Amino acid sequence: MDPVAVTSLRWIPLLPLLGALVNGLAGKAIQRRVGEGAVAAIAVAPVAAAFAVSLAVFARLLALDPSRRVLLDVVWRWLDVGALRVDVALLADPLSTTLLLVVTGIGGLIHVYATAYMRGDDAYWRFFAYLNLFTFAMLVLVLADNLLLMFVGWEGVGFCSWALIGFWWREPVNTTAGNKAFIVNRVGDAGFVLGVFALFWALDAAGHGTVAFREIQRHAASLDGAVLWGVPVATLVTLLLFVGATGKSAQFPLHVWLPDAMQGPTPVSALIHAATMVTAGVYMIARLHFLYAMAPATLAVVAGIGAATALGAATIALVQDDIKRVLAYSTVSQLGYMFLALGVGAWTAGVFHLVTHAFFKACLFLGAGSVIHALHHEQDMRGMGDLHAKLPVTFWTFLMAALALGGTPLTAGFFSKDEILWHAWSSPYGGTLLWGVGVAGAALTACYVCRQVLLVFFGESRADPHHGEPVRESPAAMTGPLVILAAGALLVGFLGVPDGLGGANPFAAWLDAVFASEHIDAAHAAEAAHDVRLEWALMAVSVAMATGGAGVAYLIYQARALSADAVAGIAGGAPYRLLVHKYWLDEVYWATIGRGVRWLARAGAWFDARVLDGVVDGSALVMRAIARLESRFDARVVDGFVNALADATWALGGRLRRLQTGNVNAYLYVVVGAVALVLIARIF
Amino acid sequence: MDHVLTWMTFLPLLGAAVVLCLPSRRPGLIKRVALLSTLPTFALGVRLFAAFDRATTAYQYVDRTPWIASYAIDYFVGVDGVSITMVLLTALLCPLCVLASFGIDKGVKGYFALFLMLETGMLGVFVALDFFLFYVFWEVMLLPMYFLIGVWGGPRREYAAIKFFLYTFAGSVLMLVAMLVLYFGAAPHTFAIPELAGRGAVFDPRTQQLLWLALFVAFAIKIPAFPFHTWLPDAHVEAPTAISVILAGVLLKMGTYGLLRINYGILPAATLDLAFWSLAALGTFNIVYGALCALAQTDLKKLVAYSSISHMGYVMLGMAAFTPQGINGAVLQMFNHGTITALLFLLVGVIYDRAHHREIAGFGGLAGVMPVYTGVAALAFFAAMGLPGLSAFISEVLVLLGAWQRHPGLTIVAASAIVLTAGYLLWTLQRVWLGRLDERYAALPDVDARELATLLPLAAIVLALGVYPHAVLDLIGASLGHLNELVRAGAAAGVAPR
Repeated sequence: MDPVAVTSLRWIPLLPLLGALVNGLAGKAIQRRVGEGAVAAIAVAPVAAAFAVSLAVFARLLALDPSRRVLLDVVWRWLDVGALRVDVALLADPLSTTLLLVVTGIGGLIHVYATAYMRGDDAYWRFFAYLNLFTFAMLVLVLADNLLLMFVGWEGVGFCSWALIGFWWREPVNTTAGNKAFIVNRVGDAGFVLGVFALFWALDAAGHGTVAFREIQRHAASLDGAVLWGVPVATLVTLLLFVGATGKSAQFPLHVWLPDAMQGPTPVSALIHAATMVTAGVYMIARLHFLYAMAPATLAVVAGIGAATALGAATIALVQDDIKRVLAYSTVSQLGYMFLALGVGAWTAGVFHLVTHAFFKACLFLGAGSVIHALHHEQDMRGMGDLHAKLPVTFWTFLMAALALGGTPLTAGFFSKDEILWHAWSSPYGGTLLWGVGVAGAALTACYVCRQVLLVFFGESRADPHHGEPVRESPAAMTGPLVILAAGALLVGFLGVPDGLGGANPFAAWLDAVFASEHIDAAHAAEAAHDVRLEWALMAVSVAMATGGAGVAYLIYQARALSADAVAGIAGGAPYRLLVHKYWLDEVYWATIGRGVRWLARAGAWFDARVLDGVVDGSALVMRAIARLESRFDARVVDGFVNALADATWALGGRLRRLQTGNVNAYLYVVVGAVALVLIARIF
Repeated sequence: MDHVLTWMTFLPLLGAAVVLCLPSRRPGLIKRVALLSTLPTFALGVRLFAAFDRATTAYQYVDRTPWIASYAIDYFVGVDGVSITMVLLTALLCPLCVLASFGIDKGVKGYFALFLMLETGMLGVFVALDFFLFYVFWEVMLLPMYFLIGVWGGPRREYAAIKFFLYTFAGSVLMLVAMLVLYFGAAPHTFAIPELAGRGAVFDPRTQQLLWLALFVAFAIKIPAFPFHTWLPDAHVEAPTAISVILAGVLLKMGTYGLLRINYGILPAATLDLAFWSLAALGTFNIVYGALCALAQTDLKKLVAYSSISHMGYVMLGMAAFTPQGINGAVLQMFNHGTITALLFLLVGVIYDRAHHREIAGFGGLAGVMPVYTGVAALAFFAAMGLPGLSAFISEVLVLLGAWQRHPGLTIVAASAIVLTAGYLLWTLQRVWLGRLDERYAALPDVDARELATLLPLAAIVLALGVYPHAVLDLIGASLGHLNELVRAGAAAGVAPR
């Protein structure tokens, strides 16, 4: 079945690119002469238009028969070298269109929010140029019909992330965070491209060398039985690509960049480091689910890393004091749930959580931004408290999103998370352990988010009394997006109510055309026959655990039945210190890899300057000594040559003349030696 | 377009003659005449680019007349896809470099005359199809370069110039010997490269390999490949900006060009035998070693020099893959490295002209006073990092993808070096352009129109080739396909199994 050829898809990335170009090249003048409003309009309008086009694409797909829901826009032939043929081609199917709506829709809201949040910044224009450029790159990533073009978006969003984390570039702490993000991501990117190479050549060996998703899917069966270095190629390829996913989606052991990335302006954290870019790894695996389905070993790794990250990051989130860092670790943790879903073959559940998470996490970040804005750049929760009445819209929307994150029944987060937990239990690739880790993480999630709500919005105000200015609710451009996102956090879950709760699950039906052919058969069978009572029981357990987690936070931070200090002091304070120091992972990386590379670099430079050049300069000295024995005539001729160097300084020239003397001799020796060598070789 | 290559090659020399006749007291006039002398060659290059037949593997625009008939030496020039790419690169960089040299105020006449001679030498190397002529141009190019570094360079200019000279000369000697052996081995005796194609086969495998290695060392010095590279950082640090641009942009390419033209063309069997260690493994080592050394540098120009060593490693790795992607990627990387490194050296020159030093630690926050400069620098740095959408991404991906089929282990090592590359480039970007501004530099002017005129054409090419790489790939595809087959067939024909 051929895709429907269209030419409309190219406008979706192109519009934000145009916005980026206008603001990037002329934005400074526009901001100065016309004002911030014009810059904002130039930035928001293309994203809004891209959202409109995306909606039209969505409508177009809906109108098609489910089996024919693929639009393809081939723009130009990018590469044609040997068997490698790569088009700049965009593909819209239910999966990419889902992401398309998230990126342009939620992304558009964040653009609107940022127009108010960034007001007064000298480089307002630069911020929006980057934000538009990011949107462009993310849309290329999502729409790409092949791995290489996806990689353009993949590194493109990485570049924008670097530029936006270090947006306030005068502070080295910001640019260092940006560099860390880019470099850690590059580790993943190296894995990604190697995975592409391995895949291309494995397919090429079967006569189908390609990097286009639809072609890969068509010929994936030819990878069966292919082995490289004793590893099935499908496993090798998917593992290498997963390395890329751990970088971009901040999974253990490459998650360390994301918390530091909070140095960027808060809308950036919401857009890039919560709702869109960091989900790219999840999207990539969903896109290539048919390959992952062929590699059970990889799936086990994906599920294991996902579960470990989900739990580990949630533990760190418990003890963070920076309002954004709590959310950053929460994001790492929630991405872990998505990978857990993918790892047990529950593709739809993973993507569903991606969507619900985009709503409630964007809402939380923007809410945090609203708090920070109102408190004049205070980010430490120990300097907040009692804001629920002063910032009513921010409070209520934050609360809605927090409920969703905590997994409160009937919110979006509840449906998507419980679907993941159910699959973690019931899938043939799942098991009690994965489920148990997931449920434990859910309890911790409820605990840290409850703690955050209580610390920020309740209790006594700990704001700096010297800050004379009153705390005011943010303007409508900021609260508007908050309200919409909070509504989403409450409601989008109803798109995917699981069968067990009697839902029609239109979300799964929508994605079925993409995933249907590759449902892991046994899992499908298990789902078809699954025990509804068991599902309810598991749900009850996770809700109970979450309630318990939230209850602990309530006891400590609201009821004061438990002292926070006492809890931190458990077991001599060792567990607390472990969490506060993020398991000392940054320190370990720095002490091993960081120092190791620096040592190697210094060793290389030393070897170059001392050993190699030592040999070179030393042989010049030897030649010079030999030259002294030569006739004066020889030396004079060469001296004349050197003197012709008009500006040779006298002191250096003296030394160099002698070097020159060696030159002619060296020439002769090499000639004679080389001729002799060739002659010797010919004789034998 | 009769004799178009001859015109392109010798018009700059004509310009040099004119420059020599101009009065020394009018430096402005000399500079303008020098610039004018490079433009016809560039214009002819543009015409050639449009008219070049991309489908044939034959040499085009051939010009051949007997020169020293008694030794069958011809004046024989022509281009295929590889050489025309290098000719275009040279013809493009030379006007930009003349423009970048307008700040020269010492020995103006000599400088520009030598520069124009250098251009003739470089173009001659790329168009020559007679090995003897190739050798002559190779030497011709050496002398102006020696003086340009030795007279107009920095404080240690003599040391650097002599080091450069000695290294290259040692290589030339090896090349001379190998050339003579090949000449006498061919029946009838000839220096014509097309006629020598595959003729290495008359020798036994051992001799072929020795010849190959002699030529390899001559070319490896130019690339420069470890351990023959230590002339490069010194030469770059001491050379004036425009000369560094030429050095990195054009001269280094002569090494890999020579390998493709001479080693691959004439000694295909030995190429296949020796490519793993001499090119693939050594190239990979170059990539990693160059990147590590760059990480440790404190001088901005030296850092760019080592990054050059690292990036030329991709060319070696790609050409040793014997896959279409690898070899096409290698030559595309030659072109892309030419433009990107030229851009980087021009950028270093801009700041050196203003601050009179290049210590990375002595800068910071330049983005605040020189925003346009910073924008171009960021583009160049990310291009050097191989950011997708920019030109080097295409060539590096082609090289690595092409290399994977034959050398997956080496490809893994080479691909991990992209992390190091990002490391040293981002760290430099941060320390020089971002952060707090040093008060000494609070009044630095941003790039002026002349400087911008040298930077923007290159920036535009870097962007355009990332989006539409076939502008160059179409030029080189047919010739490289032919060459690749020649090497593979040379081995398959059983010329050289031991």
